[in-house]
Amino acid sequence: MATVSFRHVWKRFGNTVAVKDLNIEVADKEFLVLVGPSGCGKSTSLRMLAGLEEITEGEILIGDRVVNNVAPKDRDVAMVFQSYALYPHMTVYENMAFGLRLRKTPKQVIDQRVREAARSLGIDNLLDRRPRQLSGGQRQRVAVGRAIVREPAVFLMDEPLSNLDAKLRVEARSFISKLHQRLGTTFIYVTHDQVEAMTMGTRIAVMSAGELQQIDTPYNLYHNPRNVFVAGFIGSPSMNFFDAVLKEEDGKVIVETPAFRIPLPPAVGNMYRGHAGKRVVFGVRPEDIHDVDYQPPGILPAIIEANVEVVEQMGNEMNLYLEEQGKTFIARTDPRTQARVGKRQAVAINTSNIHLFDANTELSLAYEAKQAQPETIGASN
Amino acid sequence: MTTTTAPRVVETPRAIARLRPSPRWLLHIVLVVIAVIWLAPSVGLLITSFRPPAAIADSGWWTAFSPARFTLANYEHVLFSQGMGQAFRNSFLITIPSTILPLIVASLAAYAFAWLDFPGRDWVFLGVLVLLIIPLQTTLVPVLQMFNGLGLNGTLHGLWIAHTAYGLPFAIYLLRNFFASLPRDLFESARIDGANELTIFSRIVIPLSVPALASLMIFQFMWVWNDLLIALVFMSNPEYQPMTVRIQALLGTYATEWHIMSASAFVSMAVPLIVFFALQRYFVTGITAGAVKS
Repeated sequence: MATVSFRHVWKRFGNTVAVKDLNIEVADKEFLVLVGPSGCGKSTSLRMLAGLEEITEGEILIGDRVVNNVAPKDRDVAMVFQSYALYPHMTVYENMAFGLRLRKTPKQVIDQRVREAARSLGIDNLLDRRPRQLSGGQRQRVAVGRAIVREPAVFLMDEPLSNLDAKLRVEARSFISKLHQRLGTTFIYVTHDQVEAMTMGTRIAVMSAGELQQIDTPYNLYHNPRNVFVAGFIGSPSMNFFDAVLKEEDGKVIVETPAFRIPLPPAVGNMYRGHAGKRVVFGVRPEDIHDVDYQPPGILPAIIEANVEVVEQMGNEMNLYLEEQGKTFIARTDPRTQARVGKRQAVAINTSNIHLFDANTELSLAYEAKQAQPETIGASN
Repeated sequence: MTTTTAPRVVETPRAIARLRPSPRWLLHIVLVVIAVIWLAPSVGLLITSFRPPAAIADSGWWTAFSPARFTLANYEHVLFSQGMGQAFRNSFLITIPSTILPLIVASLAAYAFAWLDFPGRDWVFLGVLVLLIIPLQTTLVPVLQMFNGLGLNGTLHGLWIAHTAYGLPFAIYLLRNFFASLPRDLFESARIDGANELTIFSRIVIPLSVPALASLMIFQFMWVWNDLLIALVFMSNPEYQPMTVRIQALLGTYATEWHIMSASAFVSMAVPLIVFFALQRYFVTGITAGAVKS
C-alpha cells in the first residue's frame, strides 16, 4: 500500500521526447488508469515507475521514497505484462512462486500464498500445467496471480487485456476491478482503450504526445474535458467538432458554423459571453443530438436539419451519419427514428451539454467555470 | 450463398491435382538415390571392417556376402593391440572438455552481447564476427610459438584451450542470436520478480536455450572429435594423441592396412553418430511456445 508520485518526469530517447514534464500524484489504494493513443508515453511512464526504463529528468516516488536509482526488484512493485511474460519452462505453480523463491520466502508461506491466490483466481486446477497448455484467459490469470502472491505495494498493469477476445475482456475487466476492491492496493493500469479506462479507473490520466492532457474522474473527463484532444478521445462514437465563431447578438450568445447557427440559452451563454467574437471549436457529443420526434424531456434544444448519409440500427439506439455543407457528424438517436438515407432529417442539439474550445489553444473555454459547478463533482468516489 | 459456393471450393484442389501429376513419388526417388550415394562409402567401410585382411585384398566389399566371410578380429586388433584403445580414450579426454568449455564461455559471452548494455558492445561483437572469417591455418604458427613459450604444447589443457578458442566465434555468434530472440518481457518480468543477471542467465536463459545449446554441442563435439589438424599441430606427445592422428599414422607407417584402417575409422565414426542421436530430441522447436502471446 503506497502512494505514487511523478514529479516533473521527463524521458528522452536521443532527440525524441517520450514523456514531457509529467506530474501525477496517485493516492493510496487508488486505481489510476493511464490512457492515450499508442506512442503517447503511457507505457514508458509505467516502465519508468517499474524501473525498466531510466528516468531522464525528474523524480518518481513510491510512498515517501525516491526510487529513481532503486532496482526494479527493490521497488516493491509487481507488473502484469501485455504478453503475460510467463516463464515457458516452468509450471503455473513455479511461475507464481518464482518471485517469492528469489526473495527466500519460507516454503510453507510460498505454498500457502500460491494456493490461495490460485484458488481466488480459479486456476487452482492448473498449477501443474505449463503456460503453453493454457488458453489466453488462463495465462492472463496466471500473470495476475504471479503479481498477487508477491503482495506488492503497487500493482502495475501494461495493457493486460489487449490479447484477450472481446468477451473475455469484458469478464476480465470486472475481475480486475473486483481484485482491486479486495486487495485494497494501489493499481496503475495502462491501456489505449478508453472503455477500459472509463469502466475501471477511479481516476484517469489522459496522455497524448508525451504530455498529460488531463487527470480526473471518469465522470469529469466525460462532462468537462479540458481540451479538444480529451473531448475527442473519451466517448464512443467520439465527439463531433465544428469550426465556429462565437457571436453576441441582441444580448444572445450564438455559435455560428458554416452549416448552422445555434443560439445558446442564457445559462450556458453567460459562461462564454466574454469570448464573443472569437474563433472557436464547437463540440457536441453524438448522444446530445436527438431526433426531434424523440427528444428526451427537459433538454434545451436547438433544431437543425441535415442530410442522412448512413443509418446504423444498433437495436437499443441508432447512429445517424449526417452531412451538412460538406461537414459530417454523428447523432445517436432513439432506435424508433424514421430517418432514411438520402432524406433530410431534423435533429435537436441539447445546448446545455455543448462544449466550446479556443480555436488556437484548443483549450476548453468553460473548464474552470464547469469545475466549480457542483453537479460535475458527483458520480465518483 | 454459402451452399452454392462450397462445392466449388472443395473441387478446386482436386481439379488441379488432375491436371498436374503429383511430384511426390519423383521426390521420393530422388531422395532415395541421394541417400544411397551418400551412404555407400560408409556401408562399404562398415562391411570392410568386418572382413579378414585376405578377403579385403582379394575382392571388393560388395562381394562380401558370397561367400560370407566375417570376423571381429579387426576390432579386437584395433582396440587392444594397436594402441587405438588408448587413442580412443584420448579422443574423449580431448573432446569432452573441448566441448563443454566453449559452451560455458560462449553462453556467458552471448548473454552479455545480447542483453547487457556496455560501451563498445556492438564493436566487440563485430570483432567476434570478423574472427569467423579468419582461416584457422594462418594462426597455427603464431599460436604454436605462443604455446611453446607457455609450455602448453603437447599438453591436454593446451589442446582444450586451442579448441575452445577456435570454437568460440561461431558458438558466440549462434548463441547470441538465439538469446537475442528470447522475448524481452521475460527478462523484465524476472527483473521485477527479483532476479539479478546471474539468476536470469541460469534460471531463464539457459533452460530456454536447450535446443540451441544442444545443436551447438553436437557441432562442437563433431568438430573436435573429427579434428586432425589441431591435434597434429599442438599434440606432439604421442601419449595423448587422439584417434584421428593415429588413423592417419596408419596410412603412412604400414603399407595401408585396410582392415585396421576401416575398423578404427568406424570406431571413430560411431561416437559422433551416438552423440547426434542422443541429442537430436533436443532439437525440438517451439520450446518457448507459451511464453508470450504473439
